[in-house]
Amino acid sequence: MRKSWIVALAALAPLYAQNIVIQNATIMTVTKGTLQGSVVIKDGKIAEVGEKVMMPQNATVIDAGGQYVIPGIIDCHSHIAVDGNVNEGSVSVSSMVNIKDVINPEDIAIYRALAGGVTTANILHGSANPIGGQTLVLKMRWGKDAQGMIFEGAMPGIKFALGENPKRSGNPQGGRGATQTAARYPATRMGVEDTIREALNEAKDYKAEWDEYGAKVARGEHPIPPRKDLKLEPLKEVLEGKRYVHAHCYREDEILMLLRVADDYGFKIRTLQHVLEGYKVAEEIAASGTGASTFSDWWAYKIEAYDAIPYNAALMQKKGIVVSLNSDDEELMRHLNTEAAKAMKYGGMNETDALAMVTINPAKQLGIDGRVGSIEAGKDADLAIYDKYPLSDYAKVQKVLIDGQLYFDRDSDVSGRPAKALEKQKLIEKEKQSQPKPAGGRRPVE
Amino acid sequence: MRKLVPALLLLCAWAIAENPRTLAIRNAKIVTVSGPVIDKGTVVVRNGLIEAVGENLAVPAGAWVIDGEGMTVYPGLIDSLSTVGIPSLAPPPAGRGGRGQTTTTPAPPPSPATAPATAAAPVTPAKGPEDRPATTSWILAANEIDPSDHRIESVRSAGFTTTVTFPARAIFGGQGSIIDLASAERAGEMVVVPAVGQYLAVSRGGGMFGGFGAGFPNALMGYIAYIRQIYLDAEHYKLLKEAYAHSPRGMERPPYDRALEGVLESKRILLPANRVVEMDRMLRFAAELQQPVILYGMREAYRPEAAPLLKKYGSPVLVSMHWSEAPRDPDPEAYRTMRSLENIDQGPAAPGLLQKAGVPFALYSDGLDQPRELQRAVKKAIDAGLARQDAIRALTLSPAEIYGVADRMGSIEAGKIANLVVTKGDLFDDHTQIEMIFVDGKQYKPAPEPPAGGGRGATEEPGVSQ
Repeated sequence: MRKSWIVALAALAPLYAQNIVIQNATIMTVTKGTLQGSVVIKDGKIAEVGEKVMMPQNATVIDAGGQYVIPGIIDCHSHIAVDGNVNEGSVSVSSMVNIKDVINPEDIAIYRALAGGVTTANILHGSANPIGGQTLVLKMRWGKDAQGMIFEGAMPGIKFALGENPKRSGNPQGGRGATQTAARYPATRMGVEDTIREALNEAKDYKAEWDEYGAKVARGEHPIPPRKDLKLEPLKEVLEGKRYVHAHCYREDEILMLLRVADDYGFKIRTLQHVLEGYKVAEEIAASGTGASTFSDWWAYKIEAYDAIPYNAALMQKKGIVVSLNSDDEELMRHLNTEAAKAMKYGGMNETDALAMVTINPAKQLGIDGRVGSIEAGKDADLAIYDKYPLSDYAKVQKVLIDGQLYFDRDSDVSGRPAKALEKQKLIEKEKQSQPKPAGGRRPVE
Repeated sequence: MRKLVPALLLLCAWAIAENPRTLAIRNAKIVTVSGPVIDKGTVVVRNGLIEAVGENLAVPAGAWVIDGEGMTVYPGLIDSLSTVGIPSLAPPPAGRGGRGQTTTTPAPPPSPATAPATAAAPVTPAKGPEDRPATTSWILAANEIDPSDHRIESVRSAGFTTTVTFPARAIFGGQGSIIDLASAERAGEMVVVPAVGQYLAVSRGGGMFGGFGAGFPNALMGYIAYIRQIYLDAEHYKLLKEAYAHSPRGMERPPYDRALEGVLESKRILLPANRVVEMDRMLRFAAELQQPVILYGMREAYRPEAAPLLKKYGSPVLVSMHWSEAPRDPDPEAYRTMRSLENIDQGPAAPGLLQKAGVPFALYSDGLDQPRELQRAVKKAIDAGLARQDAIRALTLSPAEIYGVADRMGSIEAGKIANLVVTKGDLFDDHTQIEMIFVDGKQYKPAPEPPAGGGRGATEEPGVSQ
């Protein structure tokens, strides 16, 4: 099935590999306003955007008359495309594990995300531990292998988690997500803070050890290097500002706690994830330069998610925080455009600011806004084409391009379905034929 | 009458002198594997080794002569990944892990791992890599061989004279050993090579290693991180040990670590990979660890992406013959993925495709231990496009090459170990009878076949689970 689909794509690929012009579209650039015109794509990059453009030679033309082009959607919090458990929940600090090791490029959720206009996603470890695993940013290049999915050059991250999840994960009576076997520290919010501080203390010592080693080598000595510790390596990188911290959090008190911890150890939290009570401490978050990635109107699924309001995103944004809306879920991931639209109703955001929350803002939070997140010359040609106004329930994604290549095309998807169904039916029939006949008399025949 | 004579001769050879030091099989078709097939020739065996093979050989004086008229002689089959010889690792009789069921979850390691752990099991859950969870890297299968394992006779009756037996019960299970399936007094007589590589698993296979306690690692990424840490630690350990050996005076003594010792002693690793995604992941991982690797499993090796990928890395692979099977009495309402249907339909085509692409591979039993099951499993691959001679090679010379022992086994050549299978009819055909098996030059008769549907844990179809 995939095979034939890939063949179909491969046939299309040359058409889209070089120069493409998307014409007659309403182009919502997010950073440079909205206009009627064309987008020119050369070698995977956006070459020109405007009402009138220079038509390159041998360009493939996509006529998007009456349609809308937006930057490919970026999801700052996703768990798709992961093989095995998304949580290494056995330990309180699982920084030694890395999503990069378990990318599953065959996860159908990737294709479904594409069909929802998503071109880039931040793939996170789960929230079972105060300090979780290493994270990375993927482009939804469906059909490529694991390495081909990686957003090259994007800063790697690490998951931190506060509150109920890390508390209960170690508690045998802890309900959802709890381990069956053994109690694990911490069981309180105090313990979560302590666990993070202890791990960072260890990382500081570890860093000092390596710095000392480096100094000796620089002096021309030949010392035995310290033991490389995969748990502390990524935390050392956090201290050195070489790895982003994406912190799962809900309550105002724990948000402030984490900002203080980061301050004490001299690094910045890159994003607060979920952050449903962010509106209560928006000034403090803004002052720390931390981003916030939240839900539009998803709450009350646990006690710490009760004090949430749908105005959270808008209120945080008004205080100067870079705010994004994320999915944390493979279904929600398919309609982040309408999640953004909700902020226009709750909080009165304009359409550009709303759209920014699923495009340029998450790009900024992930440090990839130089490459993606808006429709500007020089950026990657990661684009989603909708048939209708994209901040509407009625809009459907028609085509999705990543690096100027077509990765989703609604027409060929729909027209290809009967052939795929037939192929599958054939295999089922073949299997039935080859089944041994049930031995006589073994089972009463009715 | 013409039939009776060889039969009588056979009977005499077996009944009167079970183990002559010198014997010759005459007038037989000889499939040497390393060279051309000899239509009518003689194999001379002396002191457990093949002394000579050829068309017009003189039979040495005093040799026991077996008239091989109408028979074919093959090299003894080698099961390239097995637990035979370690009775505690025998798969449970029913519900052995079929491979057709998993979809996107990581596949559990193939059936060698489906045994309860019996090693002394720490009860406290591991809190991190430092606790060396599910690690018995220092174990050698050779030290655990029990000649009384009843599977030895069963597997031998299918024509297997040799197994590469692994203590397959942990993340770092220990090193495999090449075992000749002789009825030995002492296990040591069966060992051909005591250490051929470290068996690695990346799952506890749904609690199969329960005895090792839960705890770290738990997710696939945890297993990978753990294995990576062990190799980093081994490298560091080596540095410290060398420095200490060089000048112990004034240097803190590095603590002895049996887990790292076992890892450092292993000259290659075996990693599981069923899906193409897993092949890609594990080949990259082995390259990162700078370890020569053999991949095992290969359920999706039939997919067009597989052979070029495997070829690129050049690592040999072991293909499980526990083919994906259609579920019995499938629920017509149940959703079946296209992938699972393709696995069932095309899985057995993998060996033929790997052969065409020039990927070095061997077949392994993956828990099948009944002669008919094994024969049917090989036949499936042949029916799906693997040439018969290539099937034979994948169970003889290829595994010998993969483990670096082709200088002593895997084909019928002078000087090699006298492991032979003598059949009436072509090996792996439905009605072919295995007449005799020779292990280290000793002759065995196949065990009488159990009544249809009987036998220990036999199911009508091989590999059907649940």
